[in-house]
Amino acid sequence: MEKDRVNIQRVIIIGGSAGSLEVLLEVLPQLKHDLKIPIILVMHRKATAESTLVNLLSSRTSICLKEAEEKEHIRNNCIYLAPADYHLLFEDDLSFSLDYSEKINYSRPSIDVSFESAAEVFKDNLVAILLSGANSDGTNGLREVQQRGGLSIVQDPATAEVSFMPRSAVDAKVADKTIAVTELANFINQL
Amino acid sequence: MEVKLNEEELGLLLNDLMEVHGYDFTSYAKASLRRRVNRLMSLDKFPSFAEFRYKIKSDSSYLKRFVEEITVNVTEMFRDPSFYAILRTKILPQLATKPFIRIWHAGCATGEEVYSMAILLQEAKLLNKSLLYATDINPDVLEEAQKGIFQLNYMKQYSENYVASGGREDFSSYYTANYDRVIFKDQLRSRMIFATHNLVSDSSFNEFQLIMCRNVLIYFDKDLQERVFTLFDNSLEPLGFLALGSKETLRFSAIESKFQQVKDQKIWKKIE
Ligand SMILES: C[S@@+](CC[C@H](N)C(=O)[O-])C[C@H]1O[C@@H](n2cnc3c(N)ncnc32)[C@H](O)[C@@H]1O
Repeated sequence: MEKDRVNIQRVIIIGGSAGSLEVLLEVLPQLKHDLKIPIILVMHRKATAESTLVNLLSSRTSICLKEAEEKEHIRNNCIYLAPADYHLLFEDDLSFSLDYSEKINYSRPSIDVSFESAAEVFKDNLVAILLSGANSDGTNGLREVQQRGGLSIVQDPATAEVSFMPRSAVDAKVADKTIAVTELANFINQL
Repeated sequence: MEVKLNEEELGLLLNDLMEVHGYDFTSYAKASLRRRVNRLMSLDKFPSFAEFRYKIKSDSSYLKRFVEEITVNVTEMFRDPSFYAILRTKILPQLATKPFIRIWHAGCATGEEVYSMAILLQEAKLLNKSLLYATDINPDVLEEAQKGIFQLNYMKQYSENYVASGGREDFSSYYTANYDRVIFKDQLRSRMIFATHNLVSDSSFNEFQLIMCRNVLIYFDKDLQERVFTLFDNSLEPLGFLALGSKETLRFSAIESKFQQVKDQKIWKKIE
């Protein structure tokens, strides 16, 4: 375990809301199996949605995909899903923390909360990607990612099923780059 | 730009709190703590960490606010309905054989969980021989909990949770509405005892048949979690139950071997 921890160089965190599930279902099968980095998914969903989303997503990839657990150490070549109804935070020892505080942007998990926490811990090793969605969660988080030297990527609003969320980030000038859905897997594979 | 704490500053702050006020937050999980402190500094418009630190050191009334705001007190009635369904169908029938039932809600926040339990006990006709000890580190939320007054607009959600947990009564029969508030029936409240108790520093104060500590341990580091598990172990009768939050576990803890997990549930039975 210690070894994995030391080895973590880059981390990808992806936030999405309405219309982003389709993006993930398209991107996941195209990811290379020996992906050297961890990916963390923060998706808006119903508080009661239990294991179904994990099952659905993991059916699309051979990479280990699981719900992030409290105090679990982040490992490379693993995809983690933020559990429903908790905010997902990151500790300095590269483990996950859960938090049941107030919703942010009407959301728990909130993308802003996870992006901000990830930015503090991973700094310029972080790549944050904001997908389709119908509220402005994620924009403040991306700003923090940029301020801490990380890379801020936004799904090209023109390719988003619901463009409000990526549009909000682009308008706030917190996107280093916009990427079309069709380019996304390729981009991740080359990191 | 907002003032944000770095790790060193958080360390200084935790030290002050301990040395000046005897409050020990050093074993809390740092990510959430840092977020809460940043939030408080920004809410109260502190221009710098130095000023915030000075205020905490020198103003004990501000310390009260600090404790109130740093703890996360969000809660719900019948949160995780399937958990309450198991309490109803599997756990309470086992407690029913006891002459007297003592339940401890550790970290009860504003009490929604305690009222939910009182309703279960009432429906199982066990309330009269039960006592619910509800404790928290935050005196402010306990004062709220004691009143039994909640916002009317939450009742729809709570009523749905209640039904999903297997409740068959009319949920609104448990409270009286008054404008935008509701007050829960005295009968439910009559079996509750509220007191401050700090899981970090206070010791065992009774023996219980059931301890509920849900969504509190996620804020503690591993060492503190371990200490609190020992405290619970010392406060549980043989064959008593420990119930944790849906993302918390007794697995990998030193006391795990003394307990048996209720299948697929975050509930453990003390077997030795
Ligand atoms: C998120 S709430 C959980 C409420 C309820 N049990 C639930 O699951 O909905 C966490 C509670 O733990 C309390 N708490 C935090 N640290 C504590 C400590 N050291 N001792 C006792 N309670 C503590 C907080 O004040 C807060 O009310």
